[in-house]
Amino acid sequence: MRLSERKMNMTNPNGRFGIHGGQYIPETLMNAVIELEEAYNRYKDDPEFNAELTRLFNEYAGRPSRLYFAQKMTKDLGGAKIYLKREDLNHTGAHKINNVLGQALLAKKMGKTRLIAETGAGQHGVATATAAALFGMECVVFMGEEDTVRQALNVYRMRLLGAEVIPVKTGTRTLKDAVSEAMREWTSRISDTHYCLGSVMGPHPFPTIVRDFQAVISKEIKEQMLEKEGRLPDAVIACVGGGSNAIGSFYNFIGDKDVRLIGCEAAGRGIDTFETAATVNTGRVGIFHGMKSYFCQDEYGQIAPVYSISAGLDYPGVGPEHAYLHDIGRAEYVPVTDEEAVCAFEYLAKTEGIIPAIESAHAVAYARKLAPAMSKDQIIVITISGRGGKDCAAIARYRGEDIHE
Amino acid sequence: MSKIAEAFKNGKAFIPFITCGDPDLETTAAVVRAAVANGASLIELGIPFSDPTAEGPVIQGANLRALEGGVTTDKVFDLVRDLRTDVTIPMVFMTYANVVFSYGADRFISTCKETGIDGLILPDLPYEEKEEFLPQCHKYGIDLISLIAPTSENRIAMIAREAEGFIYLVSSLGVTGVRSEIKTDLESIVKVIRANTDTPVAIGFGISTPEQASKMAGISDGAIVGSAIIKILAKYGRDAAPYVGEYVKSMTDAVR
Repeated sequence: MRLSERKMNMTNPNGRFGIHGGQYIPETLMNAVIELEEAYNRYKDDPEFNAELTRLFNEYAGRPSRLYFAQKMTKDLGGAKIYLKREDLNHTGAHKINNVLGQALLAKKMGKTRLIAETGAGQHGVATATAAALFGMECVVFMGEEDTVRQALNVYRMRLLGAEVIPVKTGTRTLKDAVSEAMREWTSRISDTHYCLGSVMGPHPFPTIVRDFQAVISKEIKEQMLEKEGRLPDAVIACVGGGSNAIGSFYNFIGDKDVRLIGCEAAGRGIDTFETAATVNTGRVGIFHGMKSYFCQDEYGQIAPVYSISAGLDYPGVGPEHAYLHDIGRAEYVPVTDEEAVCAFEYLAKTEGIIPAIESAHAVAYARKLAPAMSKDQIIVITISGRGGKDCAAIARYRGEDIHE
Repeated sequence: MSKIAEAFKNGKAFIPFITCGDPDLETTAAVVRAAVANGASLIELGIPFSDPTAEGPVIQGANLRALEGGVTTDKVFDLVRDLRTDVTIPMVFMTYANVVFSYGADRFISTCKETGIDGLILPDLPYEEKEEFLPQCHKYGIDLISLIAPTSENRIAMIAREAEGFIYLVSSLGVTGVRSEIKTDLESIVKVIRANTDTPVAIGFGISTPEQASKMAGISDGAIVGSAIIKILAKYGRDAAPYVGEYVKSMTDAVR
């Protein structure tokens, strides 16, 4: 697989997706992102780079991931056929490894010896710590203090892998603050350090680079679907925080107008409350964390303290390409509450014997509403972006059980 | 000549930074007047932002305190209106792009003009994105201040050639905050800037002592100090004005 093949819908030179995207960052970082863009443009079509990345994807991460026909769920819901794209089966347990292997390889080619990253649920931090261990690089992960409590096991995993985990104690002490702190760290140490951003967000070229590395998901779905069903799916559903597994799941279907693309946002306690993280549904256009996009914010542009049970979706913004897909009506973004996600988490466990990440459970929840309304000859693909082992203790507590890791 | 240039006419400039509303707007007004009375050349007023990614812990704390106190962009404009009844030296805003964008660029920048703000410093608006607000700045005669960093290298000439008001030269890598030592070869950067523009250059980030200010002003046209002043505010709160005034006097004496 060549990266150039994934770039059919390339952004304009300034990294714009419609009005969204751009490079709203301190001057101190400008040469760093320019250097990154130049390196990416040099390696994205390099046969050796691509061969090495494909080998890592297949031999190390366990790609291609399975496209599994969820027979019991299909029968139970009584509508569209449901397939699960099993990114949860990847090494480290989530889709995050796709992007991290790509960026770590790129960083190595650029001569960088140190990776820094932000993490919410801890999946991107674990993936970055893993790649750093594999490539023999130093690794520092910034994680909101609140999230280090919610996802204590992942903190231990990162440390076990040799990474330093820094709990971020500013602001809401969640993903947003971890991103801010990683950006601050990058401005103070650039020459040996690559900021391995975990989602399709931040300044150009990150949204494009991360999308290209994640686009392997939709490339595989397309091939696997054609092989199993001889046709394309009617809908692809994925959860959206920053939006990396969703853009990866959507990307190769953007040109296939009959395929509905549905992103599930974390509504928290509901989009009519302040305790929500449903950016497209409740936010408006703004400029933050290096990009123009939709953000949850107050009337003066102060970024709102968002909330979701899912640490990985607990972010006040969304990637600029999603903002664009929303603007042009190509993708739909729907809110899913904590309660709906937790029910879907339990449902998939009991119905298919698959425990999804609470993030991915947001996509499962929407599929449960959508499938019964569709006909039996229609097909839905749900991307299970990660596995749910990390969430069991938190969900048990949500259900009132006294459980501690 | 823009009004900002006046700040650099009479020798080296000393530029204090104050976060508006930390701990309240009455204190900010008193602190600004104390700084003016003690020889400040230009005042940099910070409009607080929830997530100030270019700031170190000290100014982050000031932003948080100000927002918790209920400061808004409209209240900051009211503060400027009040200050302009007697303050005549140039004043600029330092804030983040979203504060301007969210208010509406035209509305924000026209209100700057109306209330008496002379320039705008936006640390998350690099050269590549300045078109976001430059047309409105030109329409209302507000200088959009350019920043140059230790990592700017091949970008210095490009930025300097289009600079307006003054150039904010960032002394060090990283975020704002007091530093014991500034290691960047700032003389070389200033040399490249001078070869490309007559716009004055002031150095900021990490300066706290009169010795540092004197050294930085010696190799440029002025020194900018933020965190050291915010620390005085954090210590004395509503009684900070005379202490800030005393500090500003020691710094203006040092730079001139």
